[in-house]
Amino acid sequence: MTDVDIDRLPDGPRIKPKLSRDDVLMRSGMAIIAVYLVVTLALPLYAMLSKSFSTYRFDLTQYELQASDENGAFNDQVFTAAQLNDKLQKFSDLDLSTAADGRLAPSKFFPDFSFRSPVNYRIRNVSEGGRLLVGSTLKTTTDWLELDSNTFRRVQLRPVESTGLDNFKRYFSTPALFNSIKNSLFIALVSTVVTVSLAFWFAYALNRSCMRFKGVFRLVAMAPILVPSLLPGIALVYLFGNQGMIKELLFGASIYGPIGILIGSVFFTFPHAFLIISTALAISDARLYEAATSLRATPWRTFWTVTIPGARYGLISSAIVVFNLVITDFGLPKVIGGQYNVLALDIYKHVIGQQNFQMGAVVSVVLLIPAVFAFAIDRYVQSKQVAQLSARSVAYQPKPNPKADRISLLYCALVGIFIVGILAVCQLAALVKFWPYDMSLSLNNYQFEKMDGGGWGAYYNSIKLGLATAVVGTSVVFFGAYLVEKTTGFRTGRAIFQMFAMLPMAVPGMVLGLAYIFFFNNPSNPFNAIYGTMAILVICSVTHFYTVSHLTAVTALKQMDKEFESVSASLKQPTMKLFARVTVPVSLPAILDISIYLFVNAMTTVSAVVFLASPKTSLASVAVLNMDDAGDIAPAAAMGMMIFYTNAFARIIHLVASKGILKRTQAWKG
Amino acid sequence: MTNGATAKDVYLSIENLWKAFGDFLALKDISLDIIDGEFVCFLGPSGCGKTTLLRAIAGLDLQTRGTVTQGGKDISNLPPSERDFGIVFQSYALFPNLTIEKNVAFGLENTGRSKSEIKTRVADLLELVGLPDQGSKYPAQLSGGQQQRIALARAIATHPGLLLLDEPLSALDAKVRVHLRHEIKELQRKLSVTTVMVTHDQEEALALADRIVVMKDGRIVQVGTPTEIYREPANLFVADFIGEMNQIPATSAGPNALNIGGATMTCRTHGFQENAPLVAAIRPEDIIPLGDGDAATETTENAFAVSMHEMEFLGSFWRCRLASERFADRELIADFSINAVRRLEITKGGTLNIELPASRLMAFAQDGE
Ligand SMILES: Nc1ncnc2c1ncn2[C@@H]1O[C@H](COP(=O)(O)OP(=O)(O)OP(=O)(O)O)[C@@H](O)[C@H]1O
Ligand SMILES: [Mg+2]
Repeated sequence: MTDVDIDRLPDGPRIKPKLSRDDVLMRSGMAIIAVYLVVTLALPLYAMLSKSFSTYRFDLTQYELQASDENGAFNDQVFTAAQLNDKLQKFSDLDLSTAADGRLAPSKFFPDFSFRSPVNYRIRNVSEGGRLLVGSTLKTTTDWLELDSNTFRRVQLRPVESTGLDNFKRYFSTPALFNSIKNSLFIALVSTVVTVSLAFWFAYALNRSCMRFKGVFRLVAMAPILVPSLLPGIALVYLFGNQGMIKELLFGASIYGPIGILIGSVFFTFPHAFLIISTALAISDARLYEAATSLRATPWRTFWTVTIPGARYGLISSAIVVFNLVITDFGLPKVIGGQYNVLALDIYKHVIGQQNFQMGAVVSVVLLIPAVFAFAIDRYVQSKQVAQLSARSVAYQPKPNPKADRISLLYCALVGIFIVGILAVCQLAALVKFWPYDMSLSLNNYQFEKMDGGGWGAYYNSIKLGLATAVVGTSVVFFGAYLVEKTTGFRTGRAIFQMFAMLPMAVPGMVLGLAYIFFFNNPSNPFNAIYGTMAILVICSVTHFYTVSHLTAVTALKQMDKEFESVSASLKQPTMKLFARVTVPVSLPAILDISIYLFVNAMTTVSAVVFLASPKTSLASVAVLNMDDAGDIAPAAAMGMMIFYTNAFARIIHLVASKGILKRTQAWKG
Repeated sequence: MTNGATAKDVYLSIENLWKAFGDFLALKDISLDIIDGEFVCFLGPSGCGKTTLLRAIAGLDLQTRGTVTQGGKDISNLPPSERDFGIVFQSYALFPNLTIEKNVAFGLENTGRSKSEIKTRVADLLELVGLPDQGSKYPAQLSGGQQQRIALARAIATHPGLLLLDEPLSALDAKVRVHLRHEIKELQRKLSVTTVMVTHDQEEALALADRIVVMKDGRIVQVGTPTEIYREPANLFVADFIGEMNQIPATSAGPNALNIGGATMTCRTHGFQENAPLVAAIRPEDIIPLGDGDAATETTENAFAVSMHEMEFLGSFWRCRLASERFADRELIADFSINAVRRLEITKGGTLNIELPASRLMAFAQDGE
């Protein structure tokens, strides 16, 4: 027909867009934030990963030894340490892998060694640069050293570093490990089942009944989010511990162990599950219920054919979140776990207790596995739920039903008493002079200066951290989300950025904290200077809570007309003017939500910062842990409640500010 | 303007434009010249690439191949901010948190204009779009039609050389749409700004455009004035897409003859070979009623008897459904004037003779190309 084949793009170069100043600006901005995420997330994780694979081994082939006779005369028989070990079968392969500071005395290769014997010994490195200690002097040359037995006693072999799976082999051959895995899974699974069931019925009562005081119960349900996860542990000690108020209720069972961890886990994960399920129930379609009623389905049948399928993504999602929270939490097991070991606590013990960072890294990697799994499932479920949401549905309006409403109220009251009760016990414990002997009230427990943990300074540090995390985090996150949403072209770059923004959610806080040690506490790292400062705590917190904030920002930005940028460009106005004058003001509610989320979480988090807080930057949440550890349980409770009141206060400010903004936006909305 | 070469009057020139989304070709070898001050409509079914072409002209979504020249300057790879155009979207895209005044003033800021100059210009613009005292309101407080006018005012505030409109009226209800469409035309004439509007509403295109660009599957099918497009559709697709068109299976019977149901009829000259299967097409208003037993039938070309199946009174004319054994089951739609119906005493159920005037009877290939 014509000379061009109309269904094939003719060959030739693609049009190369000339970038505008704004394009360059936005791409650079995105690159900067991407680099930020690489430095604060990818590189630390990489450092940790490589640490977990970096092994230290005694290389016995690298040493040669000779022993003299009783008269100190040597024959010409030379053995390598490896040959001696083979002969004696002294150390197994596993024994030879060790930590960075491992030492091995070569005298062990001579069964009749005695430091008093007149026998002399010769030892040397087989090659230059060997690792051989005499006393505390390192000998690296291949020269023979001739030593009397008393000196030979003080000779130590040093391990060489290499890469391999030794750490994992050693880890998986510890019998205690499987116990930890078993315990972790058990606690996480049971907590998940209990929390999700409790939260489901709670959300169901609030969404589907006409009971009274719904607003109050909503507030109560969210209260646990305002305190560190280990605080319920302290309350449980006061309630059911050795001198507990109502320990008889346990019929002799001990609260120190799985029972305590379980109850505490239910407490601190409840709001997370409630929020997700409540959303799922709120978006389910009323028309389905009308259809069910018109088909004369029994309430029971309706429940199973309409309610549960409608909320299934919410249920799955909340189960995953709870499971993840519990399996990565170490505060509760620390406070109330007794001898009951779990994976998260293993990391803490390896690092804080034994200073064995390799092993800490290894457990971290193990702990990453369920977290990454959960993350993948959650992403999948979320995408399904979005599809469900976009269908045009009608909100369900419950009808009064006196009997059901009364049962709902009773149930919610029970859950509410549990939550408020735990907090009240903590507050009471904080105010009582000396439980249970002197129950008079005093403020003694608030004299934090007298305890370990950093005193009131820790509290002020926490507020500083919360504010800095909120300000820095909100700016970085919102700006990053804006750039990635509104930059045109540059597809690959944006996809990579999105991936980086999702990653933090898959990384448990403690793993992140440990990764920061490996990465930043390295003298050759140019960012080494921030180690031990407030800056690293802020960065760690921002990164730890990046994903949820990012998603909130993206959701808000997606609701904005996508042509604003086009209009602004056609009017030759800089994109940053549009950003400041339109995007930010219109997104203020979301920006406030992100700030309060970051503030509250920075105030309560223990896991992400426990390895990073230095004496100068001690934090309230970590102080709760340390004071409890030191036996100052009442002050720990007092500090925990200080965090609670601070967060509650912050939430009130947030509420007032949101109301104000709403009023202003109402003006635009006519 | 002098009577110089037309090339000189071309303001916007598009040459061999292609756009690929992955393997999918949304624009295929588009070439088009738009004259200075002209109002051009891109018309076509959903997904044919109208918006894609408009966004390429604006630089919002760069084409894969091809050049765009505006006012003699090659702008093919320039970002939107370095081009010269104002744009109005279907969603209006007014900034919700800024007042009407501030919305309109948005593009005037940072352009070296003083505050009072901006104020005057904004007032003039609001006057121009007929909303002089709404300046302090927020967009959400205005009706859809009013918002659209504000979007228009904002787009023309900086005197752009080119105005781009992407379905600006489609979110409005029918009455407002017709009203606003006149205003847009008026405004465009007053400002004599070269304008490109995307629409899938043929009526809108016919009413507004100096020239219509009909598109299909990423290609331009026909370019012409509304009357050209209507009277001389280039193919069956255009004929069918714009206005109403009767379609009757036929075969070619010579350079200007058709065979319909066994009878030979004269038609407009076509280039098809004898016996090639074709589609004969005629617009309802082109069918001429001759009445019952009209003596002229014998001598009139293309005249034959039909029976009146259905008559519907549409106010200014009668829409009639005619049947004849020539078209088997197919009915012919004809629009007869009230006058003719009365004069010829045409009634439902009766028979009458009609003429398909040779000058209005067209022949098209079957596949629409
Ligand atoms: N970003 C994109 N990625 C992939 N395909 C696209 C994209 N944008 C448009 N298309 C495809 O290109 C074709 C033309 O789209 P375009 O929006 O130009 O159609 P249109 O003529 O404006 O239709 P409508 O009248 O529905 O607005 C469509 O098939 C569309 O699916
Ligand atoms: Mg379109």
